[in-house]
Order: sequence, then structure tokens, then C-alpha cells
Amino acid sequence: MTLPATLDEAVAALAAVPAAVPVAGGTDLMSSVNAGLLRPAALVGLGRINEIRGWQYQDGHGLLGAGLTHARMGRPDFAALIPALAAAARAAGPPQIRNAGTLGGNIASAAPTGDSLPVLAALEAVLIIAGPGGTRREIPVSHLLAGMEMLAPGELIGYVRVPLLHAPQVFLKATGRTGPGRATASVALVLDPARRGVRCAVGAIAPMPLRPLEAEQWVAGLIDWDGERGLVPEALTAFGEYVAAACVPDHPPAEDGTAQPLPPAVLHLRRTVAALARRALGRALS
Amino acid sequence: MSNETVAAPAPGAEQLPHGIGSSLPSAEIRAKTAGTFPYAADLWAEGLLWAAVLRSPHAHARIVSIDITHAQEMPGVRAVVTYEDVPGEPLHGRKTADRPVFASEVVRHHGEAIAAVAADHPDTARMAAAAIIVEYEVLDPVTDPEQSFEAAPLHPDGNLIRHIPLRHGDPEAAGEVVVEGLYRIGRQDPAPIGAEAGLAVPRPDGGVELYIASTDPHGDRDMAAACYGLAPERVKVVVTGVPGASADREDASFHLPLGLLALRTGCPVKLTATREESFLGHAHRHPTLLRYRHHADADGQLVKVEAQILLDAGAYADTSADALAAAVSFACGPYVVPHAFIEGWAVRTNNPPSGHVRGEGALQVCAAYEAQMDKLAKKLGVDPAELRLRNAMATGDILPTGQTVTCPAPVAELLAAVRDFPLPDLPKDTPQEDWLLPGGPEGAGEPAAVRRGVGYGLGMVQLLGAEGADEVSTATVKVHDGVATVICAAVETGQGFTTLARQIVQETLGIDEVRVAPVDTDQPPAGPSCHGRHTWVSGGAVERAAKMVRTQLLQPLAHKFGMSTELLQIADGKITSYDGVLSTTVEEAMDGKELWATAQCRPHPTEPLDADGQGDAFVGMAFCAVRAVVDVDIEIGSVRVVELAVAQDVGRILNPAQLRVRIEAGVTQGVGAALTENLRTPRGLVRHPDLTGYALPTALDAPDIRIVKLVEERDVVAPFGAKAASAVPVVTSPAAIASAVRAATGRPVNRLPIRPQAAVGAELA
Repeated sequence: MTLPATLDEAVAALAAVPAAVPVAGGTDLMSSVNAGLLRPAALVGLGRINEIRGWQYQDGHGLLGAGLTHARMGRPDFAALIPALAAAARAAGPPQIRNAGTLGGNIASAAPTGDSLPVLAALEAVLIIAGPGGTRREIPVSHLLAGMEMLAPGELIGYVRVPLLHAPQVFLKATGRTGPGRATASVALVLDPARRGVRCAVGAIAPMPLRPLEAEQWVAGLIDWDGERGLVPEALTAFGEYVAAACVPDHPPAEDGTAQPLPPAVLHLRRTVAALARRALGRALS
Repeated sequence: MSNETVAAPAPGAEQLPHGIGSSLPSAEIRAKTAGTFPYAADLWAEGLLWAAVLRSPHAHARIVSIDITHAQEMPGVRAVVTYEDVPGEPLHGRKTADRPVFASEVVRHHGEAIAAVAADHPDTARMAAAAIIVEYEVLDPVTDPEQSFEAAPLHPDGNLIRHIPLRHGDPEAAGEVVVEGLYRIGRQDPAPIGAEAGLAVPRPDGGVELYIASTDPHGDRDMAAACYGLAPERVKVVVTGVPGASADREDASFHLPLGLLALRTGCPVKLTATREESFLGHAHRHPTLLRYRHHADADGQLVKVEAQILLDAGAYADTSADALAAAVSFACGPYVVPHAFIEGWAVRTNNPPSGHVRGEGALQVCAAYEAQMDKLAKKLGVDPAELRLRNAMATGDILPTGQTVTCPAPVAELLAAVRDFPLPDLPKDTPQEDWLLPGGPEGAGEPAAVRRGVGYGLGMVQLLGAEGADEVSTATVKVHDGVATVICAAVETGQGFTTLARQIVQETLGIDEVRVAPVDTDQPPAGPSCHGRHTWVSGGAVERAAKMVRTQLLQPLAHKFGMSTELLQIADGKITSYDGVLSTTVEEAMDGKELWATAQCRPHPTEPLDADGQGDAFVGMAFCAVRAVVDVDIEIGSVRVVELAVAQDVGRILNPAQLRVRIEAGVTQGVGAALTENLRTPRGLVRHPDLTGYALPTALDAPDIRIVKLVEERDVVAPFGAKAASAVPVVTSPAAIASAVRAATGRPVNRLPIRPQAAVGAELA
């Protein structure tokens, strides 16, 4: 176990021992280690790297350190900047997990139920990856989650760059119980008044967050961006159904052209996504 | 188990609560809160080895071969045992010996033990277990209990574990109103907060000592001795701290291999199960399929109940026969039903084994008959609580088994108490950000989509083992040097027995400092900790022994003064006569002597159910009424239980604080059964055997629990007139929650746990 103090030292430590595994909060990794599923030859602890434990402003963007904990992101000062990410952080499990688990860890483990992921997808966040020799490269978060671009050996997620939109944002999550639990479906929705856009991502129902792009464009065209911004309830409902139909599609018709019904559990998932998307848009525009 | 007692108060200090009826705190409470209480997983012995158990990855397979050579050759491995190494009986079981210690030819469920390894490091043991090469021929699993009747026998004993065709009354009887329903109850896991663990230590005489958190030490000892081919006295079970038990604890698939490995290696062997192994190993609540038809007259009086009840026993019989008897006997609930035709089956499948979990059998039928009562109320247009009141059972009524209810049965009083309790306020007058909506504080709840529902449940459970089980317990009380000690093999599982034993001795002997000795099988048996038996029989045995000591203490004094011992009182360490003439201290009367007495308590005998399901099978019964208030997000189908109002028939309150805790714990377990707890086993394979996938209620899921009324009508046959309190709230609260969700959504809700799609409002579904 090494405990580097800077991002570049951490990258160097990973390069020195290629079998080493980086660990930040350890909420995912250590449960695998404890269960005997994983025996890393060495660990590189990221907890002492102060430069990635906070955030800074950069050209109208927030540059978020990958070591930000969920607990820190849930606090009011952060919530004033990026409300949806703060809401997702507050919903991400019990206090013990939120105190330890980090933004970078949530991205790196890329669990389908990772609560920050649909928010980052809706914000079109960009990851800043630290590589050997002090190099930095940028990957859109959706590319990493979709597997279009991967981290190379020895690379680490250093920062996450998100736009500061100065407009309402909502994160809503459906779970099986009232206490902390994994999402059965989640919706992140952000308004981008400067670009007159609505961006929405649906989490937990697929291996990666899903973006209903057509529904976003359709609803953005309905909103009076210079006026009241509100929409009639029928439009909110139609948006919810549009999002749900895009993210939980019908089965293709059988060869003889008859419609293939969805099983009740899938229909319920679609109904849940529709309700979450409708509520999220309603709250963002209210 | 810790013997630490709360220190006696200094003279002049505030008197601690003592005696029956006081809220005496548990003696272990400090050690438990300080983290120094020794549980089985904390045990250590010089030179101990670590065990690991190899478990079947298949639900049903033929074992072609088992090759242990690679595992044996691994450095650090000291022994590998399989079915060939079981010296005694190859089969064991709590009721029926039908379960192999290690699978030999066939594996019948996912997680069945096949071999065990002892090594000098836990990781080595696990790796060696993984290095055992088992060649399987995978067979089609029978996972649907309805298929079990037709399927080829899964076991030499056949697939039908028990069939009870209960016939009571006139089969031709019919009512003007008929309601029918089909209900399914899921597989609840006892999910003890501490997973199974144990230590086996070989003895110089060729025997072995098992240090385990057993809830039935003598039963476990006999089972172990039979498998090891040893006389029972050469196996000793020493009970360690029990980290939670709402079911049988210490699954035999852990402790039987543990002792075998200790005998084989001559070294102490320890095992601590992972959470996954714990889920795979121990018995679950019986998943149940129920079909009901209720007949009533136009006034809502029940005429006849017809029901078919199918219990999925899993791969082995365990205590399924008892669970079926409870399910069939209580199939109509605490209602007067003149004609009942209940057919019950417990069948074998390749699902994980089912067994004793608090309120087994009774919980499943309660959810079904209460759903039927709601249906009937709707059809008749009667208030659901009113319909239940019209049919409520009372003392003197007859169960469908033909047994007359002789104990107090204040069912109508309980129901009226919860019905008349004021409903909780709607949160509309508080700031919206303070509302706790379904889905939780960071959830998606929207006030406009939330509907509130109120529902009722009436439940009953048996007290003590049924159908002729010998429910005897033995206890010894010793007094020496101003300290009383209770020696009784009743295991403190968290149910509060040791506190109760101390209170009984305080009450009878007037001695405040009472200790309870740790439990092992050198003591006379007290039986398993289930069906509230220790409150009844072990409490009764302690009381009798304490009374015998009292007589020994007072007899010489009484003789000296020419009065009977009944005219002498003991209180606060002083002995006084009724007229105040005699006054002496207990210490003086003891005169340095040591007084011992041992006594037994054995309740009146019961009889097995006959071929028609008739018989006086139960010693006693306890009843409970629950009113549930729920909020349901009718679009997403998320449910939050806002409040559960409980009224319970407790006979007599022995320890008010402890009683409340038992009821609150039971209700919360019921919330889990109603909403989230279901161990899923597609194709017989346990999915998500962890506490993320298996969602227990958290503090946010636990509702406000209002204990509205505790009815103290003493049961004359029970010691102190008290009834055990833990099981009946577990049984009743799921039914009440389902009833409330029905009221909120207008949906039938015929499955537990309630799935979100079943709690979507009727107008949206």
C-alpha cells in the first residue's frame, strides 16, 4: 500500500507496480476484497491527494476533484452550484458510505445503479485523466461509461469538469424501500438556458445512463425560455411518456406483425421512468 | 455468555427496578453496548485451525465424483472431510433425519454442504475448499412446489412431507356471499445480524466440545453426537453469545463439519460464515401458495372457509410438518367459523430449505385470511373493522381443529382498541421539506401522487410446541452469600429470558443480586428457544425452584415460631412475619448455608392432529390486532408505513420495557416481510445473498409503533399468567400493511412482499 500525496505521484506509483489497484473510498473495492473475490497485489491509496478532494472554478465550469466524497457534495454550498449532483450524492446510500465513497470511485466502478452517473451524463461532464509523465487527456463521461474509450493502464481519473448552468436541476430516484437503497430507476434533468436546452438522463435501468435525445429536443422547443418557462400538465405527461418509451422500448413486433407485450415488471419500470421524468421536468420548471 | 450483573445499589442510592412487573434492564446491556460481549465469532483457542465448507453451486445435480487430492496436498491444509468421513449417522434433521451431513450422491439445493476443510489460515481453508474437484451431472431442479407432486422423488422419503386434510363441520354448508382469492407469500430470511460462527475443541476422552450460538443446545448436541457416532455425553455444546435469533440458529451444515474436523485433526477448529454462506445455509420462512374461498351470510357472519395451503419446504423436511400444522390450524384466523375444510401440504423442492422462523405457518395464512376479510367487507359494503368484529373469536369458541379456546382470547377488545385509537395527522400543516414521503427523504415522492390507506390485521400464534411435543424445562436456583444463581439451559437469544429469570428470583426470594449461569449441555435440557417456550416453561421452572429454595430458607424459622411459611414475607433482604412480630434478615436466616433446588415445569399434554386435522394440539395461543396506516405513491408503487397501532393479548406484563421492545422488533420484522424481504431463487439458485440485495427495514422504514393496549387477562395455565409476546406481532403486521395498501390503492394486493407494480393505483394500473 502506497499513499501518494499528488496525482502525478499516484500515477507513478501505478506505473511502478502495474498490478497495483488504486483505492479511494473503498466502498466497492473493499467489499470484494473482504469477500475474498479480489486479492490485489498492491494498493495505491488516493485518500491523501489533497488536490483532488475539493473543487475550483474554470471558465464557467466547475472542476471537481475525483476524490470529493458524497458527503461533501451533499452540502449546501455544493448544492448551490450543481444541485442535481448534490441531490444524487445525498441519495447515495447510508452516511457511512457517503462519508467514504467518492465521485471518481462512482465513475470508475461504473455500477449501473451509481447515483452520480445519470447526473454527469445529463451535464455532459468531461473527465480529466491523469497519465504517466504528467500528461492529461479528456474523455466525455458518456464515452467512458459506454466503453467507447477506456482508461489505459496506469491512468487515473483526476477531475470531472461540469458546466455551471445557473438554472434548476433535479435528480429523482425510485428505490425499493424508504431507507437508503439502490435505485430501481433514476432520472437526472438539467436546464441549460444559455443553450436553450433540456438535458435528461435515466439511470439504473441499463448498464449505463440513457439519454432520450429526441424527447429532450422536443420539450426544449416547447419551453418559453424568455418568459415563464412553465408547461401545461399534459406537456409534462407527454414528456414523461416520451422519455419512458425511448428508454424502455417496446419489443419489436413478431414476424407476423403482432405486437409483443412487455412483461408486467418491465411495464412498471416504464411507468416509473415516465413518472420520474414528468416530476423532474415539472420541478425544474416550477 | 456474560455473567456481569448490574451492581447492587449502595445503601441510600436510588433503588434499581426489581421483581416481576418492573423494567429491570438486561444484565448484558453494558457489555453489548461497549462491544465487549463475547459472541461466537470472537472465540479463540491456542493453535486453532480454520474451517471452510464447500457448497453446491447447483440446485439439483448428481455427484459423479469428488476429488480431494489437490486440496489435501495444499500446504497448510490439515484435513478434508466428505460424506465418507462421517463416522455415525449420515443423516440428521430437527424433526425427521433426512438431511445428509455432506451430500454424497445428489445435491438437492444450492448451498448444500459437500465437503469441509481445516487449514492453518482461513484463506487457505477457503482456497482448499475451492480446489476440491466435484464432477456434477446437473439435473433439472424442481422449484415450483405445484410441480413437486408430479415430479420424480427428489429424496428416498418422497416429495410429500406432510398432508393435512382438515375437515370440520358440514361440507354442504354454503353462504349467500362468496369471495375467493389466490395468495403468494415470499421467502423471508431470518437474517441474523451476526452470521453463523463456532469453535470446536477436541477433548482428551475422544469427545468434542462445540462452542456455538445454539438456540437448542441439547437438540444440537444429540444431532452432532449421532453424526459423530459418539455417546451424547461425550459431545458438549457450550452456548456462546447469540447475535440475533428469530429462527433456529446455528445451521447444522456449519457445526457438524466443525466438530468432525476437530475430531479428525485433534486441534481446535473455528469457522465464521460469510454473509453469503449464512444466506445459503440456514432455513428460511416457507414460501406459500394459498387458495381461499370464504362463505358468509348477508350480515357478514362467516359460514364456511375452504382453503388449500401449499408450503414449499425446500429440499429437506426440517420443521415443515410443524409449520404446516400451524398453517392449517390457524387458517381461519381468530374468527368463529362453523365449517372449515382446509387442505394443507408441505412438499419437497430443490429450493433452499425452509424451517422455523418466528410465526411460521401462521404469518402466511394471516396475510391470506385477512385479504379475504377485506374482500368480503368490500363485497358486502361493510366497514372492514366492523366485519372483523362481527366474527371475532372469544374464549370458549372452537378452532377448526375442534379444540376449544380455553385461554383468554380478547380479540374484539384488541380490535376495538386499535380501531378507536386516533389516526395520525396528515403532514399538511408542516413544511413540505419535512415530509417523509414514500421513497425516502431523497426519493422521488410527490405529494399529489400519495394516497393514505388504513388497514387492519388480526393474528394468532400458538404458544409452545404443538401436537404432543414434550415441552419440559428444568431449572436450578442456588443461593449463597446473598447472591442467587439461576442455572437453566434456556438460551438467551435476545428474547430477554435471563432478565426474566432474575426478576422471578428477585420476586420470590427477595434477593436483588441474581446471576444467570452460562448455558451448556451438562445442564438438564430446557428445550429450543421458540414458540415463546422459555417465558412459559423455563420461567415456570425457575419460579418453582425459587419457591423450593424459599421453603428451605423459611421452614426452620416457621417451625421455630409455630407458623406456616406462607405467613412469612421476604422483601428487600428482610424476612418478616404477617403480624410483624418476627423480623430478621435473609443473611441471618441463611447462616452461611448454601441452598439449592431444582424443579421442572411441564405444561399439560397436547395431542397430534388426526386424519381429519382434528385434535387438541396447542397448549396456548396469543392474539394481536394491528392497524396499519400507509402512504403509497400510486404512480411508482412505493409504500411507506406511517404508523402501526398494536394491541396485544399478553396475559400479564412481566417487564414493561422488554415487552415493548419485543413488540416493536416483531412489528419491524413484519414490515420487512410485507414490503422488501424476499430471498429470490430463480431456478433454485439464491440470488443476491447479501444485505444489499436482500433489503431489511432500516430506521427510516420502521414506522411509528403505537402500543395502544396490552390486555392483561391472565392465562390460568401459564406460569404468572403471562403469554410470550414476540411472534404474534410478526404474524399480524404484514397482513395489516397489505390491508392498508389495498385501501390506499384499490388493488387486490395478494402477494407478499408487496411489489411496487402491485401498489400502483387501480386507476393507473
